[in-house]
Amino acid sequence: MKERLAYARTAVAPHRAAELRAEIDAFHAEYCAALDANDVERWPDFFSKEATYRITSRQNALLDMPVGLVYCEGLDMITDRALAVAHSQMFAPRHMLHVLGITRVLQETDRTISAQTPFILMQTLVEGPTTVHLAGIYHDHFVREGERLLIASREVVHDTEILDTALAYPV
Amino acid sequence: MYQSQAVIGITNARKNPPLAQCVWPADALNNIPDWVYTSQAIYDQEIERIFRGETWNFVALEAEIPNPGDYKRGYVGATAVVIVRAEDHTISVFENRCAHRGAEFCRASHGNTKEFVCPYHQWSYDLKGNLQGVPFKRGINKVGGMPPDFRNAEHGTRQLRVATRNGVVFATYSDKTPPLEAYMTKEIVEEFDVPFSGKKLKILGYCRNELPCNWKMYHENLKDPYHATLLHSFLVVFGLLVPGIKSIVFADKEHGRHGYMASAKPDEIYATVAADDKAEMRSFSDSLRLRDERFLDYVREFDSPWSANMMTMWPNLIVQRQMNTMGVRQIIPNGPNSMVMQWTMFGYEDDTPEMTRHRLRQGNLMGPSGFLGLEDNEALKFVQEGIRNSSTDNNVVKLDAGHQGTARNLISESCIRSLYQYYREVMDIRVAEKAA
Ligand code: FES
Ligand SMILES: [Fe+2]
Repeated sequence: MKERLAYARTAVAPHRAAELRAEIDAFHAEYCAALDANDVERWPDFFSKEATYRITSRQNALLDMPVGLVYCEGLDMITDRALAVAHSQMFAPRHMLHVLGITRVLQETDRTISAQTPFILMQTLVEGPTTVHLAGIYHDHFVREGERLLIASREVVHDTEILDTALAYPV
Repeated sequence: MYQSQAVIGITNARKNPPLAQCVWPADALNNIPDWVYTSQAIYDQEIERIFRGETWNFVALEAEIPNPGDYKRGYVGATAVVIVRAEDHTISVFENRCAHRGAEFCRASHGNTKEFVCPYHQWSYDLKGNLQGVPFKRGINKVGGMPPDFRNAEHGTRQLRVATRNGVVFATYSDKTPPLEAYMTKEIVEEFDVPFSGKKLKILGYCRNELPCNWKMYHENLKDPYHATLLHSFLVVFGLLVPGIKSIVFADKEHGRHGYMASAKPDEIYATVAADDKAEMRSFSDSLRLRDERFLDYVREFDSPWSANMMTMWPNLIVQRQMNTMGVRQIIPNGPNSMVMQWTMFGYEDDTPEMTRHRLRQGNLMGPSGFLGLEDNEALKFVQEGIRNSSTDNNVVKLDAGHQGTARNLISESCIRSLYQYYREVMDIRVAEKAA
């Protein structure tokens, strides 16, 4: 049961990991700033053409269950979701705030970097308290396109067992 | 259980009346009083008469516990139970409460075991919930221990009756609940057997959310075709449900408590909507188009006139079939103002990998983040918030007035009417006299 999300030691030397971490931090600063401004139509800009994106619970991840709260294969599906959220979905107005923990760089190859970053997603509804909406870890693969990093795959694995009402925006 | 909206959790006394004050308005078929959704006394009575009454409650899919010793935690109403497969392959359902001092002894969401051992004083139970062992039953050196007349057989867990149909497991507290198929009624059995034909299921995963609304609203939502084309612009734009297409809202003929809402998707991907209808639907958008249309592919896999069918089986099961995404949802009541929804998504064992991926892609329609699921969840929250502290206290169900039960048009509340007629009987709720 433990294996799938078990602790995996980093294969990257500390100095190199620090460099890559700084790069991923900069990526996340922009990613979260766009989402926290509710500018969901910019969200696809952070993904590569073939990117996959899935949000799932830790329970599903441990059981090797493939469903996603959100399940996207490819940039087109990611873009469809962004457009749907921006233009066709009814939900109460809310503010989201991503608070990220320290990125662990796990591996680097010629083309890809794999990393894990813990996050807490806070939600504030109109007249509502600020609540922890989701807590979990991003399991990421990044690719480089020129100077930029892009997400090739992101698995958002959340610890939160019972979600409050609904998850409207991407994480 | 967890309650996310505790900060706004105060219901004023007027909306929380004792049973004696719960009198239905005289025009009973066309009105629903707010206390139905907000009274603690009503909720308590529902737990007794409905969830512990003569109903079959969904508890699990057999595919979740395929082998002897497999178990999962679950609920009947708001009561925690364990669902277990024993060595003889039969399934037992018993309360997750130690007969000694009440500890909830099964803590893992699922697993495999030979017995259940309560962590507190290590009383042990077999896979059917019978008490097996009591440590130091005879005391130490014959001092202390249980009295000589203590019989293990008299101190097991509270065990429920179990029935299964084609891989779906139900439990009931009552000895009087009729056999499962009779309880479901003929037409519901027929629709149930479309996704559950006996073909082996493959579980694709779970999600769970808390909805700050009364549990009955979820039934009503699926007996309310009126909202479907108005709230869910996604349904309409992508031709999944369009005013005027072939559809039905069915209520079982015997009680009107079970039902389904079904529709047949036309072949075009995008809807053609008459100009008049369009004008009625503010959320409709002609310009919305998908970049990845695989999402809307429909693989005909059943011999059924319906491409989508949402079935509600009283009191706690929803069987979801929207094109090729399938799942069961269990309603777990959580007080008058809250419910937990437990979603279990599935496909079939003989699905190709591509079919599984197709189901997963289409899964974006449903669940707490689904293009349809999100909107229902939010809308139900708005309803509960609206009724909790307002000065007025009545809901109007007058669409298609005079009709009860099955409707073949979308602008009808006939199935909500039949549900509440049945509900008033089971709950023994008085209707006010008509003023002379
Ligand atoms: S409470 Fe379970 S053994 Fe005592
Ligand atoms: Fe809906």
